[in-house]
Amino acid sequence: MRRLPHANSQPGWLFASVFLVILLLSAVPLGRLAYAGLAATFRSGLPPVLLETGTWRAFANTLSTSVLGMFVSVALGAAFALATSLSDIRRKRLLGFCFMLPMMMPPQITALAWVEMSGPASPLLKTLGIAPPLGTPQPLYSIGGIALLLGVQHAPLVFLAMQAGLAAIPRDVVEAARLSGAAPRRVLRDIVLPLALPGLIAGASIAFVSGVGNFGIPAILGIPASILTLPTLVYSRLASFGSQTFADLAALSLLMAAICAAGLAVQQRALSGRDYRTIGLSGASPVFALGPWRAPVEAGLWLVLLVILAAPFAALVASSLVPAYGVPLTTETVSLRAYGEILFRQSVTVTAFGNSAFLAATAALGLLVLSFATAYLLLHRKGAAMAFLLVLIEIPYALPGIVLAVAFILLFAAPLPGLGFSLYGTIWIILIAYLSSFFAVSLKPVLSAFRQIDPALEEAARLSGAGLGRRMRDILLPIMAPAAGASVVLVFLIACNELTVSALLWSAGTQTLGVAIFNLDDSGSSDLASALSVLVVAMIVALMALLEVLARYLPDGVLPWRR
Amino acid sequence: MATLILNHLSKAYDGGRAAVNGVSLTVRDGGFLALLGPSGCGKTTLLRMIAGFEQPSDGSIVLGERVISTAEGALPPERRNMAMVFQSYALWPHMTVAQNVGYPLKLRGVKGEKLRRKTMEALDVVRLADLAERRPAALSGGQRQRVALARCLVTSPDVVLLDEPLANLDRHLRAAMEETFRDFHARSGATMIYVTHDQAEAMALATEIAVMSEGRLLQVAAPNEIYARPEGKVVGGLIGQGSILSLPVGAGRERSLDRAACHALLLGEAGGDLRDVLIRPEHVRPAADGIALQVRDCVFTGERHALTLALADGSLLKAYSDERLAPGSMAVFSVERGWSL
Repeated sequence: MRRLPHANSQPGWLFASVFLVILLLSAVPLGRLAYAGLAATFRSGLPPVLLETGTWRAFANTLSTSVLGMFVSVALGAAFALATSLSDIRRKRLLGFCFMLPMMMPPQITALAWVEMSGPASPLLKTLGIAPPLGTPQPLYSIGGIALLLGVQHAPLVFLAMQAGLAAIPRDVVEAARLSGAAPRRVLRDIVLPLALPGLIAGASIAFVSGVGNFGIPAILGIPASILTLPTLVYSRLASFGSQTFADLAALSLLMAAICAAGLAVQQRALSGRDYRTIGLSGASPVFALGPWRAPVEAGLWLVLLVILAAPFAALVASSLVPAYGVPLTTETVSLRAYGEILFRQSVTVTAFGNSAFLAATAALGLLVLSFATAYLLLHRKGAAMAFLLVLIEIPYALPGIVLAVAFILLFAAPLPGLGFSLYGTIWIILIAYLSSFFAVSLKPVLSAFRQIDPALEEAARLSGAGLGRRMRDILLPIMAPAAGASVVLVFLIACNELTVSALLWSAGTQTLGVAIFNLDDSGSSDLASALSVLVVAMIVALMALLEVLARYLPDGVLPWRR
Repeated sequence: MATLILNHLSKAYDGGRAAVNGVSLTVRDGGFLALLGPSGCGKTTLLRMIAGFEQPSDGSIVLGERVISTAEGALPPERRNMAMVFQSYALWPHMTVAQNVGYPLKLRGVKGEKLRRKTMEALDVVRLADLAERRPAALSGGQRQRVALARCLVTSPDVVLLDEPLANLDRHLRAAMEETFRDFHARSGATMIYVTHDQAEAMALATEIAVMSEGRLLQVAAPNEIYARPEGKVVGGLIGQGSILSLPVGAGRERSLDRAACHALLLGEAGGDLRDVLIRPEHVRPAADGIALQVRDCVFTGERHALTLALADGSLLKAYSDERLAPGSMAVFSVERGWSL
């Protein structure tokens, strides 16, 4: 008889091609980076950049802004998480959604908005007549200012991690403590807070690592005051291209990666022995009545949102509507000139719109196909190879964007072997870096939707006589449609607003929206930068609203701002 | 149609212990076999090997003239002409009832009017024709079950596999569905293999019961045969209600024990080696003469009282009684029959 194929077997080409693509997107560039850093060290000792005082000043700045920012994130995130998960305040959903918005905003826009909100030239303060006199230094151009904004930007990460932990605390655990004789305050201290601690630790470490890798905030706030962090140091090194540049870039990137790894190691250490999963039936979450404190707590939370969200955005809008820098906004001075300028007259911004739309759409759709194939493989094959595959997908997303960008520069700076042309300086290098960086974002909704599908649905189709292609088309794709939609919109959203990777990889004609905003601000056109930012923020909110509509068809945990 | 033969079938997962160990079994054409065993005994793995979702690590499966699974390869499920009712029913949520049932036909190239007619015929059999345009989400548990059954019926498969299909239904619905399954088997004449851990279900439905434990096949027999003459302690404990007592059986080789033999054993008169003896509660009843036993417990179950009796050595014996007997009292019982395991 004819040789029978192996049961369960997917076509061999599927595994081979997925594995190859993932190797190219992850292992090859990272391996190239590690090789460049280590080879130079072995050949001629430590790269000189590591011996410069400037490098260690940037290292200290990175550490201090990230650690201080982490404390700000923990304070804000924990307060909002506790209030929205455990208390009886009103409008929790709306509070949570608004609090998550800073996370989805591009950091350079956050920084720009805060600069427009404070300082002597703020159109908002000028309009209100409370601007400090001209010549007063902008208070945000400082270590404290960078740390504060990093804190605000990453507070949602702490909020989410903690909220997930709090939601898993079953009500009966709290009720048992009450029956044992503990008053609500005591229950909070003895039961709820210890159980919420793992989430807090995890959130704090993500906030720290994100702070280390953040480029947009220290670029806008630090560069004018000559306060460099490691990401902005890499950026300025690349701008002043020299013979030692590649070895320097590799060394600085490895230094940054080492800080992140150390942060995660501390987290592992803090989390060990704190695995509190599967404790009782998680149904309803406990709720503490605040009584007379409810109104003040609600007012406090909304006030925080007013300061970190509404005021900066109002300042951004105001500065996009004034005709020139430093002019107060009144009914006489209001003008839409900046919008007309960026939408129709400035070729730089028009090109940037086109580039970002092309990059985001191509990355989103390309990654969807890749995620689909990968998720299918991950569910049907087990073993070390698949675990390794998942790690390879996660690393580029977890690494600071700057590090990834440097890896791709090193990989593609030389002409491609055998083809004779270089990808460096073209839009394709940005696209490949995006594919690498956002693979994990795209995979998550698809994989969790796949995991939720009863495997019997596919098995029933097999027994009915459907082959692989037929099953994909008739059974899996229709069921997966909402998750696929979420994957595409999420990647589009994030890629459209991306600055860090493209700041290092762009060249004339391939600038993205993030780069355009940064360059406009850098060259002093803060009105144009603000107008462009307002449009980007409007687009983000629209896409997030679209995902909210999809949300009820999606598995839990797919949307980053919902748990 | 065809006979299904399993030859020394084994399945071991990487490094672990064998989930199925050397099972040989023949299911005759048109038979209805129940695979019975506690959870984790390997019965679902066995079923999945028959369907082609798992590949045996040793042995083979033959359907009619064709070898369909060996350790080297397996015919893909989509080419086996089998059908399965899954525990979760596995209805495709994005298709209507009619689309779910008609899908296997569609894959076989049936179209248009013929597709509609054959789909409706299958739905008629399970009395769901008027719900054809509903989505599975709008159906009750029993209705979903019947849709899954209709989907099996529609292509006249060689073998129909059922994986604990009644596990998610309530007790009243189970009785009605058992009726539907029996009816379906009689009407279609398909070979059916039914996995369950519920012995009452297996008894009520199957023409043959195969008992599995820890990956091994312990006994295959007709329901009445396996009830009256179980082989070994595991099968004896799994099938029906019964007490397994360790008693000295003397020199006797006879396995079927009558009233006199039972009484002699229970009073310890025979002496000799200890053997496991199965005594069913319906064979123990209050009588004018017999042996005196203490009543430990008496529970009213509706149609009668279920008694727990204590022997002199403290081991317990189940019995039924029409009258209530006070716990703690002594009463005389007659033990009509026993079976040496």
